[in-house]
Amino acid sequence: MYEIEIHNLCKNFGKTPALDNLNLVVKKNEFYGLIGPDGAGKTTLMRIITSLLLPDSGYLKVAGLDPGKDYRELRLKLGYMPGKFALYQDLSIEENLTFFATVFGTTVKENYNLIKSIYSQIEPFKNRRAGKLSGGMKQKLALSCALVHKPEILILDEPTTGVDAVSRREFWEMLNEIKSHGITIVVSTPYLEEAALCDNIALMNKGKIISSGSPEEISSTFPEDLFIVETKYIPQTLKVLRQFPNLINVNSFGHSLHLVLKKNTVQTKEIVDFIENKGISNIKVKKGKPEIEDSFIYFSSSNL
Amino acid sequence: MTETEENIIEVKNLVKKFGNFTANDNLCFEVKKSEIFGFLGANGAGKTTAIKILSGLLFPTSGKVMVAGYDVYKHRNIIKKNIGYMSQGFSLYEDLTVKENIEFYAGIYGLRSKEIKFRFAELVEKLGIQDMQKEFVKSLPLGWKQKIAFSVAIFHKPKLVFLDEPTSGVDPITRRQFWDLIYEAVENDITVFITTHYLDEAEYCDRISIMVDGRIDALGTPAELKQEFNAKNMDEVFVKLVRNNNLQNE
Repeated sequence: MYEIEIHNLCKNFGKTPALDNLNLVVKKNEFYGLIGPDGAGKTTLMRIITSLLLPDSGYLKVAGLDPGKDYRELRLKLGYMPGKFALYQDLSIEENLTFFATVFGTTVKENYNLIKSIYSQIEPFKNRRAGKLSGGMKQKLALSCALVHKPEILILDEPTTGVDAVSRREFWEMLNEIKSHGITIVVSTPYLEEAALCDNIALMNKGKIISSGSPEEISSTFPEDLFIVETKYIPQTLKVLRQFPNLINVNSFGHSLHLVLKKNTVQTKEIVDFIENKGISNIKVKKGKPEIEDSFIYFSSSNL
Repeated sequence: MTETEENIIEVKNLVKKFGNFTANDNLCFEVKKSEIFGFLGANGAGKTTAIKILSGLLFPTSGKVMVAGYDVYKHRNIIKKNIGYMSQGFSLYEDLTVKENIEFYAGIYGLRSKEIKFRFAELVEKLGIQDMQKEFVKSLPLGWKQKIAFSVAIFHKPKLVFLDEPTSGVDPITRRQFWDLIYEAVENDITVFITTHYLDEAEYCDRISIMVDGRIDALGTPAELKQEFNAKNMDEVFVKLVRNNNLQNE
């Protein structure tokens, strides 16, 4: 029994296909990531799952319900944190939280245990207006409001976009804590390294799922050889490697370059020689395991 | 002026206060000509305030700040002519076409129409946007908007360009194409001052500063910082620095 089940889902906006024949399943109490850049279709998919938008065609069940017909019942079971801050700016922290609890026919007290670890961090400022909060505090309040009715499924649209690396980590730790209460979590992010923190992910690009599974599965389905090239001269070496015969792709990854070549066709030594012949020395090359970002680049280029 | 021949930015004891709140707490740093300078920090650390001061949009409370050889207290308008600025939120007019946006910005910077025509043709060729130039900006994918916004910011060939989180939310392929544009700008003697939350991008900078609570707590090349903090990558440097500070504050 899946918590979310989607088959052949399509949604067009005018002539633009926003979602193009999507298939995905999310198990109960799973931590599921929709990973992809701006324009991939993540928000559209979340709006369809939460019954805020109707698909053009396809099969869709969320918490055993049809979002098109059973939306009243379904919405009680969902917590949704949209990408833009959507709370009442003129209400205080406490008023916002009480409002959301009341709308869902519950009280803050009843589910305090669920939100405690997050809400206690902003509770000292509970009389402050939501509009006057810092980004991090707004995020904690939005998360508390999405959780206050103890949803079965929590859906978060890019909660960490534009957030610094440390706050991003702390936010993911909060999500893991929420998961431990038995809640299913669907989260979207444009930061590909966050994929590693999910149980299962769908890599999305331009309305399509280009690969899905656990982060390890996706990494293991990488069909070509990946070489990690270490050099002090990143831009220069990048230029040289773009001329490599039968290149699939080469990209910078922080302090190294990732070079993708047809499986079992090239030895590391050939790569070293190729670069050194162009006058760049001190090169280290080794075979490496693809990261999620490698898979994303590979699968989105081969799907064009 | 000998110092400023090598340094395009010189900041000494820069302080900026908003009421009781100190947004920039005694900043001291230099940016060398034609380098890529990564200006990192946690949210709310004071990066945007500092950028606004450096680009002549905000006065400092105290301290000495020279940009492109000019004093930010006295010559804000000359500074603005010598810099480009791509802001975090707004960069292009959504209801104008690509071509109209460029003509508009180039006009503001006082470029002659002949010059605009010539440089625009060059840009269309370079970015391969022949089909895109007459489209409204709002219909373009984010990655393209950002590449075009960057090209607009350096269209008047400034000495220095400020990029405030230019790659947020952009796909990994376009993000790298964006960096190719940055390298190209540097080859054309434009200094790049950039903020980002992607710490792999920090590795592409020549030097980096990391702001914490209004202060610059670390400054150096990526290699120096990794050594100083005994970290294997910039992500670890950043986390060590910012997290320690958060723990001290608790």
